[in-house]
Amino acid sequence: MDATSACPSYSARDYKSDVKPVWCPGCGDYSVLSAITKALAELSVPPENVALVSGIGCSSRIPAYTNVFGFHGVHGRALPIATGIKVSRPELTVIASGGDGDGFSIGGNHFLHACRRNVDMTYIVMDNEVYGMTKGQASPTTAPDWENSKLTPQGTGINPFRPLVIALASGANFIARGFSGDPNGTARLITEAIRHPGFSFVQLLSPCVTFRPEQRDWKDAVHAAPVEPTDDPARAARRLMSDDGFNIGVLYRGDRRPYRPAPTPSVDSVTELEKEFLI
Amino acid sequence: MSPTEPRENDNQDIASVEQLLAHALAMETEAAERYAELADQMEVHNNHEVAALFRKLAAIERLHVDNVNTLGEGMALPHIAPWDYAWETPESPEAPSTIAREIHYLMHPWHAIALALKHEKLGVEFYRRLAERGEDPTVRKTAQELLESEVEHVTLLERWLARVPRPEKGWNEDPDPPLLQE
Repeated sequence: MDATSACPSYSARDYKSDVKPVWCPGCGDYSVLSAITKALAELSVPPENVALVSGIGCSSRIPAYTNVFGFHGVHGRALPIATGIKVSRPELTVIASGGDGDGFSIGGNHFLHACRRNVDMTYIVMDNEVYGMTKGQASPTTAPDWENSKLTPQGTGINPFRPLVIALASGANFIARGFSGDPNGTARLITEAIRHPGFSFVQLLSPCVTFRPEQRDWKDAVHAAPVEPTDDPARAARRLMSDDGFNIGVLYRGDRRPYRPAPTPSVDSVTELEKEFLI
Repeated sequence: MSPTEPRENDNQDIASVEQLLAHALAMETEAAERYAELADQMEVHNNHEVAALFRKLAAIERLHVDNVNTLGEGMALPHIAPWDYAWETPESPEAPSTIAREIHYLMHPWHAIALALKHEKLGVEFYRRLAERGEDPTVRKTAQELLESEVEHVTLLERWLARVPRPEKGWNEDPDPPLLQE
């Protein structure tokens, strides 16, 4: 008999599908896929009890590469879909995922309201500060002086979106930042995020090696957050406002009660449901 | 300290053969899976030569997995969370990072072998520290056995590396990088 590791009923492999990712070799999203599957294995949640929802973009292909229920949604709309799934099937572990363009630009308004609503789910954003699928345009998190896009050859000149600050101000209950070059540390963050009640937001710095090859140097820039996570929003706000963008770890752990909708009367048939929409 | 910097922990957490084998099993399995993933990536990007090489490296690592399984026959190995292993690197030492600088769709066999050699040497160091400085004599003995198998692998990779040409500067230049989603 093989030597076996005691405990978890699942291994990370059990959460991976047979579909081969088409991301560029060297892409940070491979590590994120690995971290998500490791986290789910640690949590021992059966694959059929997990829903992974995404929007559009390179990183949003992730549901296809997993063996859980997946929904490759509409651009920027991962969060409303995930919210619908969680409120109708609260027993499921629901994860929404995508990139910085999908989540903070096209889906920016959904991001605010998902934080505010505080449904018990986890939102993972693979942030590479670029629209990679459309060949390298500035995204909401791109620095204003990034000049390597043909659309903005002199930079955007626009203040970058600060997702962690926005998440805190909007009411997210758990805020963390990870780096895909540290997949085991990232797996730990995702595990904590899923365990934490309410809306958990995890920003993962995930290099785009094709259109932002300089991001490979992020491995030298990231550093463990020097302080323990706080549950005080005012203190978290001060930290996040002075954050250099490379602090890694759990940065805020709130205690707001997750949103749970009031039970609605059951509908007997689709025909009955359709009556509500008749003019 | 950066989460990606090597950590100095001298494998102090490995005090029994079961713990050592749990580490060895994770390390060899992760390396086998990583090389298989890299082979898949290269196949998807039509770099078949490097894909075949990664496939071969995955097969060698699977032999190491079998070796660890044989050593651990009948033992119940402890469960260790991914972030609780006593690695000095962000991942297990033998698994190349998916964002390693060498990994590129235009990479040459030289890069693949050099990358594997770098990580095999990290694996050797991991076992060597335990073989030399482990507190438990059975841990030292088992680490020595595992070390010998890794040293053979390093020698093999050094021979391979000597046989392939080093790529010229500019090997990764592509004025119109492909996107497979298109």
